[in-house]
Amino acid sequence: MTRVSFLATAAAVALSAGTAGAAERIKFEYWYGLTGDLGEVMAKHCQLFNESQDKYEAVCTGQGGYDKAEQNTIAAYRAKQHPTIVQIYDAGTVNFMLSGAIYPAKKFAEDYGLQVDWDGYFPGIKNYYATAGGEMWSFPYNSSTAVFYWNKDAWSKIGKSEAPKTWAEFGEDLKALKAAGVECGFAFDFDTWQNLEQFSATNNLPIASLDNGYGGLGAELVFNTTAFVDHMKDYKAWLDAGYAKIQTAQVGKNMVQAFADKSCASMITSIANHGTVKNTQAADLNWGVAMLPVIDAAARKNSLVGGASLWVMEGKSKEEYEAAAAFLKYVTASDTGEKFMVSNTGYIPVTTAGFEFLKAEGFYADPKYAGREIAIQSLTASEVGPLSRGIRLGNFTSIRAQLRSELEAAFTGQKEMQVAIDDAVKAGNDILRRYEQTYKGAALP
Amino acid sequence: MEKRATFSNLWLAAALVAPQLLLVFVFFYWPSGEALYWAVTLEPPFGGSNQWVGWMNFETVFADPKYWNSVRVSVIFALLTTALSLAIAVLLALFVDRRLAGHQIYKFTYFIPYALAAPAVGLAFRFIFAPDAGFVSAINRVFPNLWNPALDGTDALALIIMAQAWNMAGYNFVFFLAALQSIPRTLVEAGAMDGAGVLRRMRDIQLPLITPTLFFLVIINITDSFVNSFGIVDITTNGGPARATDLMVYKIYSDGFQGKDYSLAAAQSIVLMVLVVSLTFLQFRFIERRVHYS
Repeated sequence: MTRVSFLATAAAVALSAGTAGAAERIKFEYWYGLTGDLGEVMAKHCQLFNESQDKYEAVCTGQGGYDKAEQNTIAAYRAKQHPTIVQIYDAGTVNFMLSGAIYPAKKFAEDYGLQVDWDGYFPGIKNYYATAGGEMWSFPYNSSTAVFYWNKDAWSKIGKSEAPKTWAEFGEDLKALKAAGVECGFAFDFDTWQNLEQFSATNNLPIASLDNGYGGLGAELVFNTTAFVDHMKDYKAWLDAGYAKIQTAQVGKNMVQAFADKSCASMITSIANHGTVKNTQAADLNWGVAMLPVIDAAARKNSLVGGASLWVMEGKSKEEYEAAAAFLKYVTASDTGEKFMVSNTGYIPVTTAGFEFLKAEGFYADPKYAGREIAIQSLTASEVGPLSRGIRLGNFTSIRAQLRSELEAAFTGQKEMQVAIDDAVKAGNDILRRYEQTYKGAALP
Repeated sequence: MEKRATFSNLWLAAALVAPQLLLVFVFFYWPSGEALYWAVTLEPPFGGSNQWVGWMNFETVFADPKYWNSVRVSVIFALLTTALSLAIAVLLALFVDRRLAGHQIYKFTYFIPYALAAPAVGLAFRFIFAPDAGFVSAINRVFPNLWNPALDGTDALALIIMAQAWNMAGYNFVFFLAALQSIPRTLVEAGAMDGAGVLRRMRDIQLPLITPTLFFLVIINITDSFVNSFGIVDITTNGGPARATDLMVYKIYSDGFQGKDYSLAAAQSIVLMVLVVSLTFLQFRFIERRVHYS
């Protein structure tokens, strides 16, 4: 892995040396976590920035994954070799806020004359990356949310032309689909992002006390006492009845592949997969996306943002920061930033201005992209409340991993669902208490 | 008169030893010391102010049933991979040693698996043994749900055991073959003249004479399964399902790098280090004596 990233660095340096020409360009480092097709889009975005002006040069290095980007940045920071800007995923937000290693976005923008309309971000996106006081510490970049993907032909077999609005309706549909001969009505995996986090937000259920952790590091997990438990019991019942299937890479096909090749009729995943499904689908797959089903359709709350934001790190020179400011301006602008990202990937615009800009251009009328506005609808389905704002828990990736293991145990019949989720909460609370102790005396901004 | 060869010039001796000592210090003692320091403090991910907590990290580790689960899984994994890969390797070696037609080709191909990096092995096994799409899916078509490492912990453990054993078999094979070929031909021929068949000669002459190699390989295999199995687990199972393949070394990685709890991971790696060191010591001290060398 080290060798790979070294080679990648070398390649990036060689590439940029080839295109730059002028030696007096001010260089700065940018590390990103996107991989595969998305990584190529990211690299292209860097290249476009470098070609758009001749004063600055972004040296962009892919780190081979979001988690690797965070790990490598931490290691690099400890060795004082960290980049100026780094792309960090949603779950790493708390670590970076408490790190003491970053230059808060709002302050950076003021110091380096970057014009940002902080209220222009969609509230669901803004709140996720802002402090409890509402001040943004990073720049939202590639953003997504979870949506319901459904096979319209499968649903027409049971005489329906609309996606289910509630979970109860969805349960009925699955039963009918099975009766109509659909082998797999619903593909799911153990990813907690859609199953716990988005479910809890859209139904206004708490994941942890103190407003999901925004109120301080003393928060305790509570999702073993909410409707989440019954929701997972429903999944288990669907699995046992043969209505739904578990699709992970270990099984051989992940959810997206199983949906795209028509073997499963629905799934819940990020809108970022919209492009992937479009590019890899079976030719005659007639599909669409819809907002997630909820428990009570009248009480729907907004879903949570996923994806990553850009963090400026401390300890760099004034020149590097000026270059970084120019880069941020370029990659977050409606035309050169948001439009580029949105049209080359399945991500969504992060500002109302960006959304309006794309709409005015007729972007969402294009059949290739039609349906993606559902994600914006879902993100803005309600006013952002204390429980649909986001999740601010220390070491949240570990908590996700704990829940994932326990769900695996429950879905394979080794444990009762309630016992498994209780165990995940207990283990998760131990993680939170260790985190609190590690940051003794520190307070969440 | 001094019988041993000694250096009269101590400085020269020190200079000759220094590069090696430096390497050992930089790549072993220094990181180990750092790990020990982290294990008795709470280390924030980005560094900075760590606080002394004494034995707390170790107490947390030992009080965690998930840790004991990973110990159990690691021990099962170590014993079964070692037994399996040694058994396969010794069989292959015995037959190649008989110089049947084409034995040179066999010798070459049997060793190739060891040249593969663990993640590559993991990837290959993941594809071959994928329950829906792999070669093994044919079995599932005949007996539905017989094989599913994504959901069945026993299947998953069996998968990584096979992968690791396959990976190590080539290495073991080469050592066994070398040992067999160093047995004087006269012994085997004498046995043949006394009327011992092929299997009899293998059991009573060849196997007893390669026990020193066997002993050496047992240690190497167990140690390797403790510390070198990370790549296979990371690619095939990620420690799942439900921690059925959560080896100690993988748990250190997931707690430390994914969970960013460096202190907890450091405490676990200290425990693993003590375990491997004492295992090696025990084996050399007590088992080696019983092995028949001659």
